[in-house]
Amino acid sequence: MIGALSDGIRAGIGIQAAAFALAAVGLNLQFGYAGLLNFGHVAFMLVGAYGTAITVNEGGPLWLGILVGVSASVLLGFVFGLPTLRLRADYLAIVTITAGETLRLIVNSGGQTSLTQGPFGIQNFANDFFAVNPIPNGTYGFGRITFSQDELWVVLVAWGLVALAMVLVSQLVTSPWGRVLRAIREDEDAVRSLGKSPFLYKLQSLILGGVMAALAGMMLAFDQQSVSPGYYLPALTFFVFTVVILGGPGTVYGPIVGAAIFWFILQFTGSFLSHAISSGWIPASVLTSDEVAQVRFMLVGASLMALAIWRPQGIFGKREEVMIDVR
Amino acid sequence: MSASAAQALPADDPLLVATGVQRRFGGLVAVDVDHLEVGRGRITALIGPNGAGKTTFFNLLSGFDRADAGQWSFDGQRADGLRAHQIARLGMVRTFQLTKALSRLSVLENMMLAAPAQSGERILTALFHSRWQGREDDVRERAIELLRRFGLLEKAEDYAGTLSGGQRKLLEMARALMAEPKMILLDEPVAGVNPALVESILTHVRALRAQGMTVLFVEHDMDVVMGISDDVVCMALGRVIARGAPAEVAADPAVVDAYLGSRHGG
Repeated sequence: MIGALSDGIRAGIGIQAAAFALAAVGLNLQFGYAGLLNFGHVAFMLVGAYGTAITVNEGGPLWLGILVGVSASVLLGFVFGLPTLRLRADYLAIVTITAGETLRLIVNSGGQTSLTQGPFGIQNFANDFFAVNPIPNGTYGFGRITFSQDELWVVLVAWGLVALAMVLVSQLVTSPWGRVLRAIREDEDAVRSLGKSPFLYKLQSLILGGVMAALAGMMLAFDQQSVSPGYYLPALTFFVFTVVILGGPGTVYGPIVGAAIFWFILQFTGSFLSHAISSGWIPASVLTSDEVAQVRFMLVGASLMALAIWRPQGIFGKREEVMIDVR
Repeated sequence: MSASAAQALPADDPLLVATGVQRRFGGLVAVDVDHLEVGRGRITALIGPNGAGKTTFFNLLSGFDRADAGQWSFDGQRADGLRAHQIARLGMVRTFQLTKALSRLSVLENMMLAAPAQSGERILTALFHSRWQGREDDVRERAIELLRRFGLLEKAEDYAGTLSGGQRKLLEMARALMAEPKMILLDEPVAGVNPALVESILTHVRALRAQGMTVLFVEHDMDVVMGISDDVVCMALGRVIARGAPAEVAADPAVVDAYLGSRHGG
């Protein structure tokens, strides 16, 4: 039990949680504040990770790779936004969900000699990132919650980015710019009737949130020193949505706490069930260790359902806001 | 065309002039307005039975729909072909028949949103508090003053979504004023409003005129417009069939035929 708790906490503060928090801060800006239905968040993560990996793999320096990854996500924001953001909200949803999967199939195509190396993916492109790691070799943490110097480096950088993104978003959403953005979420026609054009605001939030997702994709890829198409499934977008909804859409801290809780539940239940099976508390006829990976997602789903019933506004959301729609 | 339609409008200083405005939906001509003028500083009512094309015409004027033909100018500036937000910036701000209160913004935020010339609405300027805080303070002051006038001050911090139907109409009107318009277009400002609030809303409309604002409002209930309008324009089947002073229009046989006739049984 203590072991499972430790594993849960380690995941809740680890690289997965940090990267998901960063992607969720971006999605929250788009979905929680601007009301954009971006169902292709994974595509931004993909272009961020692959942009870096390909650049380095082709002989470029890492900083250029990061620049390429970020630029690719800005470009993707334009590609998603320009044709759809003047239309009804559904069109962005359709374009992003299909484009995300299309991009994955594109990087998956071709063999080992292609730019993306197809299903093999690209490995060991983040050596320069770990080369500048100032943390001395060793193991950090206590009990079972420990990180190697490289794990700690990537975790610290990722949480640092989360903090920067959070400060940026909280500055923006409390400004007049953010007020227009939230008004767009409520009713675009009202915004138009008051002399403001929603288009630019929506495009800006789509791109800014996309850049955050691209950086999140990079951090995950750096940690693994690997990108491969199998990771960037449409489900990834919906995990980030889960994080945003858990924490409370349209709140500043929601995405961050949501990410920590999401990964805590996932890892805690996984460790707990595995342990319970190996020590014979749960008989193999009920559950085998192979099935744990699926069952933990079922438990995340169940907790999300419980949340929707008892706390529909998420952890940080205001209940009154949700109740307005019920009237 | 009736006799009154041929008369010159009393307004010798039109703020809005529209000519030959047409909107077709397939074979149906929803709007076909030859000529319309709205006098500066006056209250003009646009009446007509349901389906006369009043709201469609309103949507065209305010840029929320595209006309198939026609020109209109606002305060000497060509306004046809402009987008809704551009027309609002010219100084012609509309409200909606089904109110569009921004539910999950506070009443005060609804008001402050409408203020023009807030540089903090640009994403880069937004990051520098000091660059927009001054304007924000002015805007807040003006918003509070207007909320007080419209009797909504005690609701300032509440979500707009918690307001009653009539309060939303008041908020929309007050919010439109925040945009500092020259002319305000009200789409059925008293439709579906609790009778106790109707008189209050009409009083506010009169007060707008007293401050020099031009008002064009759509209303299908003729009794409402009689008391407060300077000019009445009656539409039926997409066309203007009469215009003039309220009493003239009410007595016009074409109007009685098209509209009052159907309602009062001839």
